[in-house]
Amino acid sequence: MEELLIEFKNVTKRFGERTVLDNVDLRIRDGQVTTIIGKSGTGKSVLLKHIIGLLSPTEGTILFRGRPIHEMNQNEFDAVRDQFSYCFQNNALFDSLTIFHNIALPLQQTTKMGKKEIEKRVLEKLEQLELDEVSEKYPSELSGGMQKRVALARALVTDPKIVLFDEPTTGQDPIRKNAILRMIAQNQKRFGFTTIMISHDIPDVFFISNRILILYDGKVIFQGNYHELDKLEHPMVDEYIRSLKDFEDEFFGSDLERDRPGFSEKDLKPSEKAGNVTVAIFTLDNLDELLEKLGQRRTDEIVKSLGECVNRHFGDVGISNRVARNQFATVLNYTDTAKAENMLEGFTRELREHGLGGASVDTGGGIDSEKSFCIMVRAGLVERNPGEGFQVTTDKARSRQKEIARFLFCAIP
Amino acid sequence: MTTMRPSGENINQVWPFAHVGTKVTDWVNEFGAVAIFLFKSFFKVFRAKQMSSIVQQVYYVGARSAPVVMLVGLFTGMVLGIQLYHTLVKFGSAGVLGSAIALSLIRELGPVLTAIMITARAGSSMTTEIGIQRISEQIDALYTMRIDSLQYLVTPRIAASIISFPLLTAFFDIIGIIGGYLTGVVLLGLDAGTYFYRVRTSVEMADITGGFVKSVVFAIIVSTICCFQGYFTHMRKDGHGAKSVGLSTTSAVVLSCVLILISDFVVTCFLL
Repeated sequence: MEELLIEFKNVTKRFGERTVLDNVDLRIRDGQVTTIIGKSGTGKSVLLKHIIGLLSPTEGTILFRGRPIHEMNQNEFDAVRDQFSYCFQNNALFDSLTIFHNIALPLQQTTKMGKKEIEKRVLEKLEQLELDEVSEKYPSELSGGMQKRVALARALVTDPKIVLFDEPTTGQDPIRKNAILRMIAQNQKRFGFTTIMISHDIPDVFFISNRILILYDGKVIFQGNYHELDKLEHPMVDEYIRSLKDFEDEFFGSDLERDRPGFSEKDLKPSEKAGNVTVAIFTLDNLDELLEKLGQRRTDEIVKSLGECVNRHFGDVGISNRVARNQFATVLNYTDTAKAENMLEGFTRELREHGLGGASVDTGGGIDSEKSFCIMVRAGLVERNPGEGFQVTTDKARSRQKEIARFLFCAIP
Repeated sequence: MTTMRPSGENINQVWPFAHVGTKVTDWVNEFGAVAIFLFKSFFKVFRAKQMSSIVQQVYYVGARSAPVVMLVGLFTGMVLGIQLYHTLVKFGSAGVLGSAIALSLIRELGPVLTAIMITARAGSSMTTEIGIQRISEQIDALYTMRIDSLQYLVTPRIAASIISFPLLTAFFDIIGIIGGYLTGVVLLGLDAGTYFYRVRTSVEMADITGGFVKSVVFAIIVSTICCFQGYFTHMRKDGHGAKSVGLSTTSAVVLSCVLILISDFVVTCFLL
C-alpha cells in the first residue's frame, strides 16, 4: 500500500462564527489521484488551502508524512512546500504579464535554470495545452477556459511531486476537459506524482481517481475508491452524484488507467420490475494506434462519435455510459436477447451509414498501409441472469463481442 | 473576590476612555506591523534577481513621475519668484530673491512637494496594483510557487523609491530655481547675475544634504505605507473586494501625505 502522505486529524476551521471544516479526518496517499467532491460552498477549496499552508486550522493537526506541520521549522516547511504546486479555482494569473511570462515565472524566480532551458520548458507546456498561439497575449485577452489552461501549465511547469487542482476542468469544452483529465492521469502514471483535485466532473473523474473523498456540510462523509462509493447510502450520493452520473451528455470519458464501471448496481433493476435485462458492450479497438497516428484530439472526436451513436440509437430504450476509455455499455431493460440482437443490427446499419468521426466504413478494397489503417468496432450482448452482478454480466458481454464494423482512417503525417 | 459587571451607566462613563484606548492600541499595533513589514522587505534588497525588478520600478516610480514633478517645480519656483519679489521689495531686499528661492526649495519645498507628487502618482498605483493582486489571489499564487511576495512585490518598490525620490527632488530644485529666474529676472527685471550669485553663495552643502535626507525619509515612508495598504487590503474591516482596494488607496495617499508633513517637521528639528 502507498505511503500515507497527508493526514488531517480533527481539523476544524472557523471564519468568525461560521464553521467551514468541522472535525475533518482524512488521509491522502502518495502517488495516487485523490478527488474531492461535494456541493459548492462545503469547504473544498478551504480544505485544499490547508494542505498547502495558505490557511491554518483553528483546531486539529495536519500531518505531512507523519509529521505535524505546525511542529516543523521554516526550512522544513519550505522543503515540504517545494514539492507542491497549486492550480487556483479562479486561476490567479498575473494580469500584467504575458502568458509566456506567467508560465515562466516560477522557473525564473525559484530555479537557477538558464533562459534557453526555461524557454524550452515553457514552450513544451504551451504546446501540450494548445496555448502556443497565445503566448504573447495577456490573460485578460483570453477566454476563461484558456486562462484555466494557462494556470494548469504554470502549475505543472516545475514538475512538482504533489499537485493540487481546484476545479481544473471548469469552463472547458468536453474535448479539452477530457484532454486535461488525461494529462493529469498520464503525468500521474509517468512521473508518479500525487494529485489532489477538486472536481464536479462526475463520472469522468472517477476514471482517473484512485480515491474519492466526499465533503458534506464541512465533514468528510466518505473516503475510499469508486466501488466503495457505489455502496454508500447517503442523501448526498443520491442528490448529487447519481443525478450527475446519469447525465447522458457526459459521454466524453477520459484516459482510463483502470477499467471502472460507470453504472451502479442500482441501474440494473430487479427483473420482476424491469422484465428481461440485456447488457450490450461496444468496444473501439486499436485505440493506442489511433492515438499514435491521429493524435489526442482526433481520437477524442472518434470515441465521442461512437458514444453519440450508441446514445442516439439506444437512448429511448436503455441507459448508456462509458465504462472504459474505449468502451461503452448499454443496459436495456424489458429486452430479451432476440430483441436486443435486432436492435444491434439496426445500430450496426446506422453506424456503417453515418461513419465514425468522419471516417467511412472499410469496404475491403485494399489499403495503403503507410498512409491508412483500420479500426474495428466490436459489440457483444448478454441477457442478465436474475441476481447476477453487473460486473459479471458485463464481463460475459465482453467475452461475446464480435466485429460489427471496420473503418478506414488516413494517418496524419 | 467577586467581579463586578459594569452597569449601563458605568459603561457610558468609561466609554470614551475605552474607545480612545482601543484606538491607541490599534495605532500602536498598526505601527508595529508597518515597521516589521518595512524591516522584512528592506533587507531583501540585497537578494539575488532583484536588480532587473528594481530598475523596472525606478522607471515607473522615477522616470515616469519626472515630467509632472518638473512641471510642479517650475510653477512653484515661478510663484515663489513673484511672491517673494513683492515681499522683499517692501524691505528693499529684492537682491536676496535668489537666496530665498533656492533655500526654500532645497531645504523644504523640494523634498515635500516632490514626495507628495510621487505619492499621488506612483504611491497610489503601488497600493492599487498590490491590492488587486491580493484580492485576485495572485499573492497567494506567489506563495504556492515558493516566490517570496515581499521580495517580489514590495522590496523593488521601496528600493526604487529610495533611488528616485532624491533624484526627482534634485530635478524639482533645479527647475524651481529656473522658475524663480523666469519670474524674478525675466518678468520682474531683477539682475540675472545678482540672482545666481545669491543662489550660489547662500546654498551650502548641508542644505543640499538635509534636503536629500528628507527625501530618503519620505521615500521610505511613502513606499512602505502604500505597499502595506495594498498588501493587507483583504484585512480591511470597512470593505471587501474592489471597494477595499479603493479605500486602501485613499488611506495610503492621505496617510502618506500626513506622515510626510509630520516627519518633515521632525527631521527639520534634527537637522537645524
